[in-house]
Amino acid sequence: MQDKNPPLQVLLVEDSPGDIRLTLETFRDTNPAIRLHVANDGVEALAFLRQEGVHVSAPRPDLILLDLNMPKMDGREALAQIKQDEGLKTIPTVILTTSEAEADVVRSYQLKANCYLNKPVQLDAFENLVKSINDFWLNMAKLPPQQN
Amino acid sequence: MPLQVLLVEDSPGDLRLTQEAFRDVNPFVRLHIANDGVEAMAFLKREGRYLDAPRPDLVLLDLNLPKVDGREVLAYIKDDPGLKTIPTVILTSSEAESDVVKSYQLQANCYLSKPMHFEAFHNLVKSINDFWLTRVKLPQHRNAVEPGKPRLIERQT
Repeated sequence: MQDKNPPLQVLLVEDSPGDIRLTLETFRDTNPAIRLHVANDGVEALAFLRQEGVHVSAPRPDLILLDLNMPKMDGREALAQIKQDEGLKTIPTVILTTSEAEADVVRSYQLKANCYLNKPVQLDAFENLVKSINDFWLNMAKLPPQQN
Repeated sequence: MPLQVLLVEDSPGDLRLTQEAFRDVNPFVRLHIANDGVEAMAFLKREGRYLDAPRPDLVLLDLNLPKVDGREVLAYIKDDPGLKTIPTVILTSSEAESDVVKSYQLQANCYLSKPMHFEAFHNLVKSINDFWLTRVKLPQHRNAVEPGKPRLIERQT
């Protein structure tokens, strides 16, 4: 089997087990080239991104999907730290949250989120959203290279 | 409510293709055109003949432009407290990795390469519409601080 394209590394930062499972399953169905890594809170996400502790061999993600409301360190704080870090700031970071509050939308763009998406409640709509993230970010968009 | 999109592009062919594609995919899009970086900045700052220009919901920005290029326009938008939340998508024929990296460093929201073929171009505009103007939650700007204008306080009665 020829595999000239390296796998796409996606970091999902999410604390809801149901949403994690749904996202994993949908990506598996949609694009087998994706390696989905999961961090359950902001602290774990930053450890993964900075290759600390158990994450010493973690790959640099091509895309980050970030929930806002999480234990320990929430998504706003994690986003701020990612976008202030010279080595990490170019990684496209997509907010994926149930919050529809305008304050969260504006705040996220101020903190340099690349885009803001609402998690739908219905299963079908959730699957469609994951597909459109795949179609747009992982097929259409040009992402920064793994090493920069 | 119409969606205001500012397209910053100097190629007449690409302008026309983009206009036609948006007309086909979403009649609610009002596409405004700036032909170079100077015009784009005037539109965003509402200077001169752009006094009544709307705040764009989305900016589509070419990189290689006359006068002031797209990198400078991008840096200006992302440095301005009133404009920085406007999603700014780079739409360029450059596939140079240095342009991709530089654009994300300057906080472009996303980077897209312009395809050469008509059909692919149409598909790209369609997916910009499907993703950015349909899926994505864009910041509302009713309460945004606008450059050079006093902040409007809405009175609740």
